[in-house]
Amino acid sequence: MRQLRRTMLYVPGNNAGMIKDAGIYPADCIMFDLEDSVSAGEKDAARFLVYEALSTLDYPGKELVVRINDLSSRLGMDDLEAIVRTGKAVIRLPKTECAGDVLACEAQIARIEQENGIEVGSTGMMAAVESAAGVLNAKEIAVASPRLIGIALGAEDYVTDLRTNRSPEGIELLFARSMVLLAARAAGIDAIDTVYSEVNNEEGFRAEVRLIKQLGFDGKSVINPRQINPVHEIYTPTRKDIEKSLAIMEAIAEAARRGSGVAALNGKMIDKPVVERARYTLELAQAQGTLQKEEERIWQTLT
Amino acid sequence: MANFDLTQIPHLEECGMLHGAFDAEALVKNSNTLREREILHNKIVPSLEDAVLRAGLKDGMTISFHHHFRNGDYIVNMVLDRLAQMGYRDLVLAASSLSECHGPLVRHIRSGVIRRIETSGLRGELADAVSHGVMECPVVFRSHGGRAYAIETEELPIDVAFLGAPSCDAYGNANGYSRDEKDGLACGSMGYAKCDAQYAKHTIILTDHIVAYPNAPFGIPESEVDYIVQVDKIGDPQGIMSGATRFTQNPKELLIAETAARVIEASGRFKDGFSLQTGTGGASLAVTRFLREMMLRDRITASFALGGITGSMVELHEEGLIKKLLDVQSFDLRAAESLKNNRFHQQISASYYASPFNEGAAVNQLDVVVLSALEVDCDYNVNVLTGSDGVIRGAIGGHPDTAYGASVSIVVCPLIRGRIPCVVDRVETVVTPGRIVDVLVTDRGIAVNPRNPDLAEMMKDAGLPVCSIEELRDRAERIVGRPDPICYTDKVVGIVTYRDGSVIDVIRQVAEDA
Amino acid sequence: MELKKPGVAGTLESSDIMVTLEPAACTGIDIDLQSAVEKQYGRAIRNVITDTLRELGIHSAHVLAVDKGALDCVIRARVKTAAYRASEETDYRWREAKP
Repeated sequence: MRQLRRTMLYVPGNNAGMIKDAGIYPADCIMFDLEDSVSAGEKDAARFLVYEALSTLDYPGKELVVRINDLSSRLGMDDLEAIVRTGKAVIRLPKTECAGDVLACEAQIARIEQENGIEVGSTGMMAAVESAAGVLNAKEIAVASPRLIGIALGAEDYVTDLRTNRSPEGIELLFARSMVLLAARAAGIDAIDTVYSEVNNEEGFRAEVRLIKQLGFDGKSVINPRQINPVHEIYTPTRKDIEKSLAIMEAIAEAARRGSGVAALNGKMIDKPVVERARYTLELAQAQGTLQKEEERIWQTLT
Repeated sequence: MANFDLTQIPHLEECGMLHGAFDAEALVKNSNTLREREILHNKIVPSLEDAVLRAGLKDGMTISFHHHFRNGDYIVNMVLDRLAQMGYRDLVLAASSLSECHGPLVRHIRSGVIRRIETSGLRGELADAVSHGVMECPVVFRSHGGRAYAIETEELPIDVAFLGAPSCDAYGNANGYSRDEKDGLACGSMGYAKCDAQYAKHTIILTDHIVAYPNAPFGIPESEVDYIVQVDKIGDPQGIMSGATRFTQNPKELLIAETAARVIEASGRFKDGFSLQTGTGGASLAVTRFLREMMLRDRITASFALGGITGSMVELHEEGLIKKLLDVQSFDLRAAESLKNNRFHQQISASYYASPFNEGAAVNQLDVVVLSALEVDCDYNVNVLTGSDGVIRGAIGGHPDTAYGASVSIVVCPLIRGRIPCVVDRVETVVTPGRIVDVLVTDRGIAVNPRNPDLAEMMKDAGLPVCSIEELRDRAERIVGRPDPICYTDKVVGIVTYRDGSVIDVIRQVAEDA
Repeated sequence: MELKKPGVAGTLESSDIMVTLEPAACTGIDIDLQSAVEKQYGRAIRNVITDTLRELGIHSAHVLAVDKGALDCVIRARVKTAAYRASEETDYRWREAKP
């Protein structure tokens, strides 16, 4: 089944209470942060805490991600040493500027895997681009390693780099979002949007989620559990979409049974992109559990 | 003058009690004005001592109090201090509940002024002292309905009721707010005081606010009041209630509340005209928020909401989503204001609310109740009275009353609190028996009482994360580890009664640290 | 590992534990524990602290632990952090990963 990444819940790495409870919320992914949410003097404490939590606690059904400090410092290396050993989490590399950053990180991960008897290549990676250079290099970054499962935009540093700030409409992020999204699609990986920090502005948040969904993003980083459900709601295919998609896929299957290369629905020929969209809609609906029992059965016979 | 001779009328002795022939000469008409009469002829006595003496209080008698002033109450401490000064001993203190602010009572227990306590709950210093064995006689804990029942049946006879009231006229019409003045202290409904006033042999109202007659509408009618004492202060407004109970922003409580709302939706009871109650606690109160959205979406309205009423219930009422509010206790100023201003926000007594004596009790008309818990065990027994360390720290409230009465009773609690597991093999104290609990909602899964397999199916069909309660217990234990058992002595410090007065559990003295 | 100075880690927030390690003159680990869950988990907390210190090769220390309901994994993390800080070591030894 498709791994959903609609929501990636930020958990500050030095917060024992949030680490304990992170798994109870319906986010698809949990991202433990060792970087910006941890003060310089507590980096060691957060690293030990996340390491012990990953080694001990269960987060059933969640994809786990750890955002490490950048590798130019000793901190980032120590983070990698600890987290890769747990074998539990995808490594999220912050402030990625170029493909070389990804390759350097990958080499270290491979070494740690080898030294610890972990299957080489089993640790996933995510790259976050957070600067003008990073955004412009998004394409080479996204294809730099087969370990990459996704590329994310970090908007706060990016807008600072651009000498602007974030607006409610997000016009300043349009290019970066488009770039990151295209890079992800060209590489066949997921695109994750940046955080929305006004937790109490639900309307503003929903507007932004609708925007990034329309752009094509797979999901969004969230900083508060209250932001999870709005994202999931917006990403849930409507009943109409599901029924139509199922009808399309059935028509395709029926055409195949007849040995016909051309399928039609309600007298209209079904194009290949239409099929692809229908397939994606149904994969999403299945992973979200929004397919009804009968639909689930039909979809399974079709795949 | 009389054209009859009483002695000549046959069967007169069968005509009931008659007081001889009318004597017009003995009539003295009072021509005072209303204002003059209020001053010259009233029930106001000069002091608390005066009222106590007139009421004929004696050693060993039972005195009662209400808890509408919650943690801002001055009445209980004030009265007990005075009774101690007057030399009383061995009194039975029967309060509808007691709070943190009642720590000073420990002194009166030690000195023998208080012999026994009846209450819904205990907290703070007093609870701690009781748990550590300060009393010779065990405290008897009753639910709100159980207390009303005991008072009505005279199983708990009250000799003198001391009832604080935010407003009262010179004849005893008392209420939890004042119609005359905008500000001043308010507690809203006086529901728990109503039974006391009705059944006590003597009722004394203590008020800081004597208002003009008639103080209508009233919570307690003058016919049930014997004496009125004016005092400087009856309570601390900060401790009595806040402006409006704010919705919790705690994401864990919101998660539980949302799940509970979905349980209601899936329970088959979420239909036009349904009735509901939500208990205290962040998650329980927040259920209203999610219900509101569902009600608007499905165009469903509730016939009534019951219980402790909060501002959020009032909002739904004023939006037309809940037709009537039955209010035994107002939880915030918003609720108190609504009680004053909204015609279909009705003040009700503890008996009307929950007495098991009364088939028509409002709890019996509930479709759904959402209740908090400290602990739940694998038999669905609920503890709301003692902490995981065995020390008393809560109140029964209307828990068993509503769990029994409601068509579906939903208990909400986090699976773990800090490091304490809330779903366990055996609760420290059984308050509400598992037989009347239907669904347990936690932040890590839902369990449905196996006595109700249909309900379990409905939850599963709705895609809710249902598992067995044993599985919930195991999940908790995997996270926090198995706690060491609490050590108790053999001494019983509390007797927990079910609604009908039968003993459902006892609370023992906690052992001192070795 | 040798404790050179007092080392502190953790916070007083709910679900956390604040651990202060101090070098001790005599052998043995002595633990001064304050916890709201002392009755139920005091024994377990002391065991976790002692075991974690022994794993790090620390056999004498004075430990002050103010617990706010921390899970075992949190206690281990805070003890380790305090130990590395107190011994001024930054060459972290991570447990071998399970194959």
